[in-house]
Amino acid sequence: MSSETLYKSFVNAEKENRAALLTYTVGGDPNKSISLEIFREIAKSGVDIIECGLGHGANIGDGGAIQDSTYRALSGGIKTDDVFDIIKDFKDESEIDVIIMTYQNKIMSYGEEKFLEKCRESQVSGIICVDWPWPLNLKFSDKCKKNSITFIQLLCPTTNEERLNKILNDAHDVVYYISMLSTTGQKLKVSSNEIIERFQLIKKLSPEKKCIIGFGITADTINDFKKTDACVVGSALCREISNSIDKELNPAINVGSMVRHLKDNLNS
Amino acid sequence: MIQLQKGVPLIDQHDENGYWGGKFGGNQIAESLNHPIEELENEFKKLRQDDTFIKERDYYFKNFIGAPTPFIKLENLTKHLGGAQIYCKLVSKATGGAHKAYNAVVHSLICRRLGKTYIGGDTGAGYAGKMLSMAAAKFNLKCKIFMGAKDIERQSINVFSMRSYGADIVPVNSGSQTLVDAVSECMRWWTSENEDAHMCVGSTVGPTIFVKICAWSTAQISREMKKQVIDEFGEVPRDMKLINCVGGGSSAAGFWNEWIDYDNVELIGVEAGGPEGSKKHAAPLTNDSPLGVLHGATQYVIQDNDGEIEETESISAGLDYPGVSPLHCFLKEAGRARYTSATDEEAIEAFQLVSKNEGFVSPSLEPSHAFAEAIKIAPTLSKDTIIVVDSCGDSAKDSKIIAERLGYKT
Repeated sequence: MSSETLYKSFVNAEKENRAALLTYTVGGDPNKSISLEIFREIAKSGVDIIECGLGHGANIGDGGAIQDSTYRALSGGIKTDDVFDIIKDFKDESEIDVIIMTYQNKIMSYGEEKFLEKCRESQVSGIICVDWPWPLNLKFSDKCKKNSITFIQLLCPTTNEERLNKILNDAHDVVYYISMLSTTGQKLKVSSNEIIERFQLIKKLSPEKKCIIGFGITADTINDFKKTDACVVGSALCREISNSIDKELNPAINVGSMVRHLKDNLNS
Repeated sequence: MIQLQKGVPLIDQHDENGYWGGKFGGNQIAESLNHPIEELENEFKKLRQDDTFIKERDYYFKNFIGAPTPFIKLENLTKHLGGAQIYCKLVSKATGGAHKAYNAVVHSLICRRLGKTYIGGDTGAGYAGKMLSMAAAKFNLKCKIFMGAKDIERQSINVFSMRSYGADIVPVNSGSQTLVDAVSECMRWWTSENEDAHMCVGSTVGPTIFVKICAWSTAQISREMKKQVIDEFGEVPRDMKLINCVGGGSSAAGFWNEWIDYDNVELIGVEAGGPEGSKKHAAPLTNDSPLGVLHGATQYVIQDNDGEIEETESISAGLDYPGVSPLHCFLKEAGRARYTSATDEEAIEAFQLVSKNEGFVSPSLEPSHAFAEAIKIAPTLSKDTIIVVDSCGDSAKDSKIIAERLGYKT
């Protein structure tokens, strides 16, 4: 599993004339075994790529729902190695690509080389690092490339065209477009059309690169993005985990059915 | 070894990526903050050269904050301790009772220049929040203050002030419910609102531009003190030690700014050692904490092996922060400043000794840490040594905590 299979997942969705669906949940929420079970259910429910959060307490990009998930995982004693274990166990039985989404201090404290080595061992295909912007991330992104791991550059509505061009020029073959200026999981405050316009600009500047759209996408809006490359839903799933726990229901089953619903809506 | 450059302001000694000494600081932020930070960098660069802006700043510093604050000799304390002569820069006499007013005024002026009408900021001890809401009221800006729930509880006097000035106080219930979480939440808010709102980081922490603006603002302390020192001694004393508490480090950065190039002036920073015997200190420089990324900047941070920020514990809310300014990491690494810590108990004792001996000086718990170091070293030094302590906050906000601690009956 590597950057190559990750790209192929997008190509496969494209061949089927649909956008790829990505899910985000925090690794280890609410614990190691249920987190793995959640991955399995998500996989059964038609997801294309799994984004796994390696949560950080002092995050500056997460909204309430993901903060709650992160807090649950961290206060349950989940460490970086536990998250790698969950991914490895999942990958041993599944072909679905897994991307890690995290913060720089998690990588720095673990040690960059060791982190990448562990990513390879656990068959991680890509890394998104929220607070490691271009061009500061270039050395690390090169190291990722050498390890066949896709470093996914972030773009946003206020990334001007000059910067957009430079980032795309240095980016690997997958990028992530933050749909609006906000933390994760807030109500979409721009229209879907505006997001798609920016997506099209990115595709015009760099047609070969696959672009994931994220932030604020829910079951109600996901269908608007069916003609894009891919979109990710995270906060809604984390919220579902919280609700299931509150009601003493099985979070894995409920997250699975939500993913099926998202997939149906995306392609309808 | 990292070298300081003489003749170049400390705040400008970073590289093109915003790192001091090649590794402290930087802009480790989400892409969504890149644009507003660039906008702020450009505006600040312009305003620093703008005479009208400087005049405006100086006008408010003088007439509203009350610059210059007094520079006085603590004769009784000097006599009591024997040894070095102890002086005090009484920054607590600035309007609002602490140095945070300088940064708050400058950020409010910048906010107006940016054409924004909404300003938000974090606060720990409540001074940064109090001063920002005070300045926001004066400059007709809507104001939001993020404050840890634990700090709201223990700094109720400053919370009262913020409410009076019309600020919207957002209690932060995540994590340790102190300053570290307040800063995270404030940055999240700004990520969403940066098109219309400006953010004021309350100390010399955060992305490089916030470190620069804050230290540029508090530099007023040493600018005016330099004149006062020359008036007092006729020249810069041959052996002078400047002692300041360090939490985020804004007060020390301002108190030292004009003295960096004077090799005969020793700079001593005092961090919060926490309760005696406790391992939960807030002293990353003293205890050689590992390098990490916190709130957009690389710095020494109190953290576990997994990169999770650890809870700190200090009687002083203003020093209760797990990271420290990249400027101080830089000064430590370059060997220009020396850092040490004082415990809660030492700070309380220092508060008592200074208040009883000097009357007019009643330091808050933050500068009480600096006084504790002065009290420790003064008796070992000769009278030719001049110690200056920055009393950067007034004890009024801590009256409840101190009274409880000392068993005062109401």
